[in-house]
Parts: sequence; structure tokens; C-alpha cells
Amino acid sequence: MPKLPELVCPAGSLPALKTAIDHGADAVYMGLKNETNARNFAGLNFDEKSATAGIRYAHDKGRKVLMAINTFAQGVDISRWQRAVDQAADLGVDAVILADLGLMDYASRRHPNLRLHMSVQSSATNYEAVNLARDLFGVQRAVLPRVLTLDQVGHVIRHTDVEIEVFGFGSLCVMVEGRCLLSSYATGESPNTHGVCSPAKFVRWEQNGNTTSARLNDILIDQYGQNEPAGYPTLCKGRFEVQGDTYYALEEPTSLNVLEMLPQIIDIGVSAIKVEGRQRSPAYVAQVAKTLREAIDTAGREMQRFSVKPAWQAALGKLAEGQQQTLGAYNRPWK
Amino acid sequence: MTALNLKLTLGPILFFWSRDEVFKFYEEAAGWPLDTIYLGEAVCSRRQQLRTSDWITLAHQLADAGKDVVLSCQALLESESDLKRLRKLVENGRVRLEVNDLGAAKLARESGIPFVAGTHMNVYNSSTLALMQRLGAYRWLPPVEMDRSTLAAILATQPELETEVFAWGRLPLAFSARCFTARHYNLKKDDCQFKCLDYPDGLQLATREGAGFLSINGIQTMSDGCHALLPHLAEMDAMGVTAVRVSPQSAHTAEVVAAFSAVIAGTQSANASMESLKGKHAGEAVDGYWCGTAGIINTGDTLHASA
Repeated sequence: MPKLPELVCPAGSLPALKTAIDHGADAVYMGLKNETNARNFAGLNFDEKSATAGIRYAHDKGRKVLMAINTFAQGVDISRWQRAVDQAADLGVDAVILADLGLMDYASRRHPNLRLHMSVQSSATNYEAVNLARDLFGVQRAVLPRVLTLDQVGHVIRHTDVEIEVFGFGSLCVMVEGRCLLSSYATGESPNTHGVCSPAKFVRWEQNGNTTSARLNDILIDQYGQNEPAGYPTLCKGRFEVQGDTYYALEEPTSLNVLEMLPQIIDIGVSAIKVEGRQRSPAYVAQVAKTLREAIDTAGREMQRFSVKPAWQAALGKLAEGQQQTLGAYNRPWK
Repeated sequence: MTALNLKLTLGPILFFWSRDEVFKFYEEAAGWPLDTIYLGEAVCSRRQQLRTSDWITLAHQLADAGKDVVLSCQALLESESDLKRLRKLVENGRVRLEVNDLGAAKLARESGIPFVAGTHMNVYNSSTLALMQRLGAYRWLPPVEMDRSTLAAILATQPELETEVFAWGRLPLAFSARCFTARHYNLKKDDCQFKCLDYPDGLQLATREGAGFLSINGIQTMSDGCHALLPHLAEMDAMGVTAVRVSPQSAHTAEVVAAFSAVIAGTQSANASMESLKGKHAGEAVDGYWCGTAGIINTGDTLHASA
């Protein structure tokens, strides 16, 4: 049997972490309760106590915990980001997921034994970029932005000894991660600066007759009629007007789902498959972890004979954004 | 009004213009009061009105004419052919590079070529800036979303690199694997029919209330508003910024350059200069990012403009 990719699941809270482990995650990733991570949402994430408990829970079961410190340190006083790295090392995480090159530099000098993963927010889309981070900081794994075709992912893997992690399921960023400033253009806060996208504090819902309007910092992102399901106004997934046409000009509300590509993903040597969604509930994590665990194991056994079970597709379909799914950039026509 | 110690640069053309238009543009630009001219295809690999070798030739010609020239590299490098074009730029033998991707930084470093770390290099702090310098950067541009107080704090540490600020034009906000212009025409990216040629300043994306919001430029998403930092040049000068960049537009770039030049020379007030450019740029003038708020906002802050 080929070597299976690790299943890396999101843990926005201690219950989600335990659930992910119980349902088959090989590793979970988490962040601290501050702007050092890209899911800096109210009510999410870990303090020292819950992180300690989570790491113990995972390690007792032979699983790994990765800490995402994946925003960009701002300005001159970057001690908060450095402290987060120190804290991760002290807590005994299995790796830190970093985006900022200066912070990678700090981590590699201060904690030479701490394993470094290059965050998707570092925007490394080619092997030269990945290999630079390896040469400079000893990065051992890179998470690729959701922009490459599967062939291109394979090409990166063949040209580097750094492990490659790809996204397998969850809300889809249509833009290159780490290179999208749309949220700060509309609100002043972006993933890179504040660890947020289309932040909830700027969202306003308006009811006018049968029409519901979703605004982000007063900018109209979408409008819904009486029978239309209204989605969260993530600004790249709204309907806009271009030359008189009103449509999802950038991307529909949709989720990435790679189930049908699992044999190829295994075949090209992907080291880990990541599930998006630290902002989602433990129930989401349970369902996704369980389904992907089963699908990855089955794909590894069956390879060319593998086919996606309708039950898996149904389970993930219910969790998908707008209940729509796509192979995204892995499949060329999407572009 | 006093003269400012700022250099004036012309960024690469971010839109898709025809070969003739590009040559005509640089023929004129060669006569403008510019300290540095950046050129090259920074956005989309399918834009081949000029091949990489054409860009290199053009760069060398401008350098021969005594201009300081920098070749800008494509920001999103996905395929081996993207890397091949990048290597060609690295090996041009003469002109320095603006890198917008870590892979490009790697190649420039290995070849010992000093480079400009572009806005997409995500240098948000002084540690990362110091690292860029160690890799071979001699100049950097902060991310366009960085506000003046963050930049001032970084510059207060007196980095040895030159600092250039993107000061005029539609803001490059995002890149995608997907081409949104092709999507608008229900075309596949691989068969885009080069529709971007029809939109020399981008294709407006408005809200359902008809308010201008963004601008589609192939795989790049830009602001609809025109980032206009002309009123803030004195403040930049005071904090240690060394150069300001004008991003090319299909018309009136010469006047924009002239207006910046006049403010830098101290012969015209920022307000008068802004006034002279009314109606000569796409979208509304915005400066929110610089002032620490949403980029789409026009703060009207000319507090420092009279200096």
C-alpha cells in the first residue's frame, strides 16, 4: 500500500480538537486567542490551559498538534508573534505553521529543534519558493495555496524534499492565500494584518420588504429574495454587477472537496491533506474527519479501483458552503 | 512649499495593452521626469504581446538612454514555464529585478543580483525587512495596505534599504488562479481570447446598487478607486520614504507624473496638483490605507499637504 497522506483537521476549540482526534485525524492544527493566527474570531482558539490539555490528549493517542501562527507580525514591536512561537515550543507542539519570513528566521534561530511548516499564507506556489524557505530556515513542510492544478502540485513535489500539504475540504479561497487584501480594502482588516476576512463586526443585515441585504462596512455584498438562502457576506462570494450582468463575479459560495481525486493525490506523494474550518463546530469536524479518514484509507487500499461512496459525498455535501462543492484549481476548467 | 527629497518612479503596466501601445507608452515615458522605470509582465503569463526577450530588449534600450530601469517579475508563479521566463529575466545580465515572489527572490539571490522587494513580498515588519536585505534587496515597497504609522515605526529604525511607496493608481489587491475577465465572458482561462485587451484600465465590478467597488484585471483583482497619495508626499518625505510610485494608466499618465514631479520639486501645492488631476483617473480618489482605515475610503486628509 502507498504511504498515505496525514489527515490534518481544524481545532477551533478543545472539544473540536478531541472530536477530530476521536474521528481519525492524524494531526490537528490550532491557534492562540489573539491576532497571531488567521482565524482570530471571538470565542475561538486556545489559551495556555486548553492548549496544554489538547496537546496531552492528542499525544496520548499518538497524534500530532500543529500551532498556526500565520498572520504577519506588524511594524516594529513583533514580540507578540515571537512570544507565540516561544509558547508553542514550551507547550511541546509538534510543529508551528508560520507565514512571516522574519518570524521563521526567529523560530529557526531561537528554537532550532522546533519543526517549521510554511503556512499557506506564505503564498509559496512554486518549488523555488519552497526551497528558499528550506535553505534559509529548515522548513520541513509547505502548505500550498489553492491555485495549482494537481499536475502542478506533482511538479512541486518532484522538485523538493520538503513535505507538501494541500487543502482537501472546506470553504474555498478563490484568491492566492496571503495575497488577498480585499477584506482590508473594504473594512481596514485583512487576513495578513488582523487574521480575519470579512470580519463579523462589519456585517450588517437589512430587511426591506421581501429583500434581505448583506452589507460589509456599508458595501452591499449581496441581496436575497424571500426564498433565497442567505449566506455570510464573505466579500469574494457576493453577487456584483459587471457590465450590467449581476452574478457571482469572483466565486460562488462553495466548498473545495477532493474526494474523487484521492488516488491521484496519494499517487503523486502529497504528505498531508488539510481540512479548512477552525471557525466551524465540533459536529462539522467530526463528520469531515470521519468521512475523510474512511475515504483516504479506502483510496490507499483500492487506488485505481477507488470510487467515491455516495454516503461520503452526501455527508460532506451537507457541510459545504452553499451546499456546493468543487475540485477548485486542481481541475483546470475551474480556472 | 519646499522641495521634497523623493524620487519618482513609474511602476510596471499592470494591464494588458497591445504591443504598439506599450512601445508608444515607453517612448513617451523616456521623456518624463522619472528616476526609475519598472517594466515587464507582472500579472498574467498569457499576456504575450511582448515576449520576455522583448521586455529585456526594451529595458536595455531605456537603460542605454540613461534611465534607471528595473524588470518586474510576475507575481504568481505556478508552472515550469513561469519559472523559465523568470530565469530569463534573472539572466538578462544587466538590469536589476523587482521580485514579487519568494522563488524569484531565491533566483536573484543565487545570481547575486540586487533586487527590489515588491509590494507582494509581504514585508510587514522590520525583522522581515532585515531578512530581505540579507537576501539582496536594495529597495522595498511596503504592502499597499500598510498604514503610515506602521511604516513610520519601521522607518524610525533606519533601515539601510530604500523605501518606495505605491502612491498612485488602481490598487493591486489580490491574485487568483482563476481569470475573472474570462469568467465574465464564460470563457475558459486557457481560451480567454485575450479579452483583457479591451479593458486597458480594468473592468469595473460594482455593487448591486451600482457603486464602484473593485476592478477586474484578468487573474488580478484591483480597487475601483484610484489610490491617490499626492496629498501625503511631504509626510512620506519626513518619515524617510525615498521614492513614490505612479502606476501606469491608459491615459493621462504623463500629467500624473508631472503633478507628482511638481509637488516634489516644490513648485506646486499638493492640493492644486490633485485638483489638476480631477477626471484624469479611473474611479474615485482614495487614500484610506495610508490613513489607517479601509482602503476604499477617501479620508480627505490633507492636513500635511501644505508643508
